Amino acid sequence: MGLEQFKNRNVGQQEYVMLDLEHTPQSPMGKFKQVVKRTFKPELFVGLGVTMREMINALFRGQMHTIKYPFEKLPISPRYRAIHEMLRLLESGHYRCIGCGLCEKICISNCITMDTRYDENQRKEVSEYTINFGRCIFCGYCAEVCPELAIVHGQRYETASEQRASFSLFEDMLTPIDKLNLQQEYDGFGAVTPNADENIKKTPLAY
Amino acid sequence: MEVVSYRSVETFVQHIPEVTALGVWIKAIIILAVISAIAGFGTYVERKVLAFMQRRLGPMHVGPYGLLQIIADGIKLFTKEDIVPQNANKFIFMVAPVITAATAFIALAAVPVFPDFTIPEWIPVIGGTFVPSIAADLNIGILFVLGMMAAGLYGPLLAGMAQANKWGLIGAARTAVQFLSYEVVTGLSILAPIMIVGSLSFVDFNAAQAGGIANWLVWKQPVAFVLFLIAGFAETNRTPFDLLEHEAEVVSGYATEYSGMRWGMFFIGEYANMITISVIAAVVFLGGYSADGMGWLWIMLKIAFFFMLMLWVRAAWPHVRPDQLMWLCWKVLMPIAVINVVITGIVMMV
Repeated sequence: MGLEQFKNRNVGQQEYVMLDLEHTPQSPMGKFKQVVKRTFKPELFVGLGVTMREMINALFRGQMHTIKYPFEKLPISPRYRAIHEMLRLLESGHYRCIGCGLCEKICISNCITMDTRYDENQRKEVSEYTINFGRCIFCGYCAEVCPELAIVHGQRYETASEQRASFSLFEDMLTPIDKLNLQQEYDGFGAVTPNADENIKKTPLAY
Repeated sequence: MEVVSYRSVETFVQHIPEVTALGVWIKAIIILAVISAIAGFGTYVERKVLAFMQRRLGPMHVGPYGLLQIIADGIKLFTKEDIVPQNANKFIFMVAPVITAATAFIALAAVPVFPDFTIPEWIPVIGGTFVPSIAADLNIGILFVLGMMAAGLYGPLLAGMAQANKWGLIGAARTAVQFLSYEVVTGLSILAPIMIVGSLSFVDFNAAQAGGIANWLVWKQPVAFVLFLIAGFAETNRTPFDLLEHEAEVVSGYATEYSGMRWGMFFIGEYANMITISVIAAVVFLGGYSADGMGWLWIMLKIAFFFMLMLWVRAAWPHVRPDQLMWLCWKVLMPIAVINVVITGIVMMV
């Protein structure tokens, strides 16, 4: 297999155009010609046309850029490490956490505290689980190490708080049972963004 | 101020709308109230249009689609502290915004703004009064309007010089340079249409262009039209020539130290001037208004077009340097205007 397909960088949707920049005229006649040319070029009206086109695009073709932030939010990358969530099993609705304690063990800022016990079926259950978000550095190790995809990073990225220590309880992080159908899987570490293909750009260098 | 009848002689004979002092008073109050409101609404329209052209939403939160933003701005302007700087010349500092607002509205006195109407008889006291479309139909209307707008330059000039602030001083210097220079272009460019019509009255301009689009003066005087528009942008301190208060260069220019309603008066004056220039351009070059049928709608649309053009240009074009502004005025526009006048004169003689 040759290396040609790896050396072909013309893969994106970007179209780079070399600008045809003229030199500044030196002679008076050249300057005069430039003035005349610029005077009778419709460039100013091209500018007007661009703004009008953008206005029509924004108003009638749904290309408005503004997001009314506190009420609307842009989706974030699946790799983003936001506030943690605890997921449930879709079939039974039981929480996924098996109480193995790996997240507590790997947490490098010691912010996860958990306690487990055996329930009546001799099955391990989580009796206490807190994350101190005042200490959490959002490294993502807990979500990466979890064997059951139980503790994950969610979509809530507003982490500002009124207190230094802010504990989150297990029940708070758990998906509400009535919103189980809305539960989203976490693509996590190494996931590509949904529009990754569109973001590939041709490198603007001459090879 | 002599108040003469608003209609031309032929229609004057047919029915005699008597212009009384009461009618002129009512007209003046209507102009003040409506143009102030439109000036306020103009700020909203400007913010919205600029936002749409940059694919933003603009004001959205005060009222439906931000429509009550004007009221919020008004409350803010009226209740803000009126600060007079320590080293400022206090009297001139406080009087300067009034000059801008007053001259802008005085100029509107000689401009046909809304169609004429008669107040119904059943209304007490003022019933049956004929309200003319022009508050004062001077026989030197255009000269008066341009003169008043020229006198408006004292507002920014005095404001900038009185406030003991270097940005204000630069703004004042630019005011003097820009407004005085572009007065020349405005006057010379509108001279050619005046020569063709042979009158300085807006009513005569209107009558001269009656009877369809083909009679509009813009077809006879396209150069004068373009020159007048360019100079009008400079006179109203609009974007390609907004050197007086360009915030990227001179903070806010002549308005740097102003706050509250004094700053608001500069704003209202600027928007009233925009409306005046739009009306002049519509009446002098684009056929003006016709008394019958939908004439009032057409003049509104023409004025709205010029107003929209000012916002549109602001969204699209960068502004020029002061030296480019002077170069444009004295080396390009002024010679073209003079040549235009000379050629018009030769054509009229032949």
